[in-house]
Amino acid sequence: MEDKILLAHGSGGKLAHELVEKSFVKALANPLLAKLDDSAVFDLSGRLAFTTDSYVVSPIFFPGGDIGKLAVCGTVNDLAMCGAKPLYLSLSFIIEEGLPQSELEQIVDSVQKAAQEAGVEIVTGDTKVVHKGSADKLFINTAGVGIIAQGIDISGSNARPGDKVILSGTIGDHGIAVISQREGLSFSTKLKSDCAPLGDLVAEMVNASPNIHCLRDPTRGGLATSLNELAKQSGVSIRIEEEKIPVREEVLAACEMLGFDPLYVANEGKLVAIVPAEDADKLLTAMRKNKYGKNTTIIGEVGAEHPGRVVMKTVLGASRIVDMLVGDLLPRIC
Amino acid sequence: MRFISEFRRSELAEGLISQIHRKSRTPARFMEFCGGHTVTIFRYGIRQVLPSTIEMVSGPGCPICVTANADLDKAIALSQIPDVIITTFGDMLKVPGSRSSLQQVKADGAQVHTVYSTMDALKMAEDNPDKSVVFLGIGFETTAPTIAASILQAEEKGMRNYYVLSLHKVCPPVIRALLDSGEVKLDGLICPGHVSAIIGSHPWEFIARDYGIPCVVSGFEPLDILQCVDMLVDQVENGESRVEIAYRRGVRPEGNQQALRLMEQVFEPSPAQWRGMGEVPDSGLKIRKKYQCFDAELAFDIEPGPTSEPVGCICGDILRGVKTPADCRLFGKACVPENPIGPCMVSSEGSCSAYYLYGGSFGG
Repeated sequence: MEDKILLAHGSGGKLAHELVEKSFVKALANPLLAKLDDSAVFDLSGRLAFTTDSYVVSPIFFPGGDIGKLAVCGTVNDLAMCGAKPLYLSLSFIIEEGLPQSELEQIVDSVQKAAQEAGVEIVTGDTKVVHKGSADKLFINTAGVGIIAQGIDISGSNARPGDKVILSGTIGDHGIAVISQREGLSFSTKLKSDCAPLGDLVAEMVNASPNIHCLRDPTRGGLATSLNELAKQSGVSIRIEEEKIPVREEVLAACEMLGFDPLYVANEGKLVAIVPAEDADKLLTAMRKNKYGKNTTIIGEVGAEHPGRVVMKTVLGASRIVDMLVGDLLPRIC
Repeated sequence: MRFISEFRRSELAEGLISQIHRKSRTPARFMEFCGGHTVTIFRYGIRQVLPSTIEMVSGPGCPICVTANADLDKAIALSQIPDVIITTFGDMLKVPGSRSSLQQVKADGAQVHTVYSTMDALKMAEDNPDKSVVFLGIGFETTAPTIAASILQAEEKGMRNYYVLSLHKVCPPVIRALLDSGEVKLDGLICPGHVSAIIGSHPWEFIARDYGIPCVVSGFEPLDILQCVDMLVDQVENGESRVEIAYRRGVRPEGNQQALRLMEQVFEPSPAQWRGMGEVPDSGLKIRKKYQCFDAELAFDIEPGPTSEPVGCICGDILRGVKTPADCRLFGKACVPENPIGPCMVSSEGSCSAYYLYGGSFGG
């Protein structure tokens, strides 16, 4: 019979210890975690970034990743978007009883691989098991700390008129890849989620230009929502060109079928940067050298008129407003 | 061939736009019947790039928008019957009826599920033999054949817990009603693409013949619409009126015979209530007697209560093309996508939603 996670695995007793020792500490091997004290204890000095996020994606395995990879990349990226070098993560599982142990192991394995690639360590964690029906298979929370180098000031409120808007690649890949696996909606596509840790890309960008004004990863709500947030936070307008925004043909096709606009579909391995015009070309070159920035393009610029508004020049040369996402396209994509 | 990006190419669009500017001399008012076309027109800013000689008006072709409040109330009343599971396409959830919406009753505990195909609804009926699963049959000729197919499949499987509330509508009769009303004067009609994929282009002939109005069936990409406008301009400038297809990759003159047979087998024409237009003869589809055991209207005692319309909402006038969202005093103030008062703000194909999302002043 297949080994399953039981309520006892979250009880703090023997089974729980076994699970932690066997499945987590071994797989995520690092000295800080192995101590198994109530807190991870470490030294850090300088300006710190601290963030947390919960992951409830359904299904937990999707083309190009799973909830474990997502839980690492998502938090790493939130740190990176503040210009921080991500260092340490916490990892908390809320497991629905009955989850096959093999699935949990597979997810811990992707947590480990993603953490290794991102150069972060999982230094503390927690496991709870809840009754069948109280959760959907597995929820994960991660929190993370990172350190910000001196002279870096990246914030959503820093965009200035004249700045250029840079996008690191195609949009909509994650949302469509996850949706393609949904029960009752599954369609076949070769598309994979773009889920990836962007810490290195950001480090290379900061290296090329320490003057980056804003960074944001367009996850839920997609590019349109991120640009609206930045325009509102900075009190500027953003003008983008539809033709410059890279979208895969598969994403276009799926969006047509489902009635979505790719501008609102989630990404998990892309970033949008707002940078001084004079630094844009340097950044473009630096970003294109990174494997997660190969398709980087300048998609628009920042203006002073109509603060808070995002306007797009369509492929026909006309203009239209790009509003924030209203309601939800489809829930639980991250 | 790429079926999407090819039809969004800016250099081809540029050529078509300048051609239209060159040719169009006579002032003309074109109506896009279909809500899908309205969305393309606003999403790409097509009104902005057309010459001032051409005026575009949006028509009643949004199936959710034209569903009368009385019918919405029926669906909501059905959801209150014990052991009834309502299945519906997603957009219906938020549409406010006289007192509530499916979304609200769902939050209060009613069984309301969004499905992407009637086959999902059938499966839900199979998986829940002790419940009654009702599919809300809302839509035009585009969706009616698949709903007919679901009824035939339910019959074949001997299922007795699957029902359809048939609120389907067919398009040609309502266009006739609109033209007969004399409220809107049209010089050209952009005929719906998906509806025509099923019924073909022949059913539009009467518009060109009896009313002298040029008709062109269009697809949903910006180049489709521009090509369609270009063909309409040609007819206007040459003083002609006939039915043409600018969407050959999707539509044949004779339509989809198999789909038409399915519809014919299961449904018969009936009068239907249209929001803003009242009852239009032969514009609905009723389940035939042979399949009446699947008719939710007959199977349940539905008590929807009195119907009322939201005060101040002019969705009806907007659907007839006699007013625009900008004429509505609720638009963008009391009525916004996150808190819609009228259906045209709810549906992704609604005029108000397209005006609001893509910016009346920018997109229109």
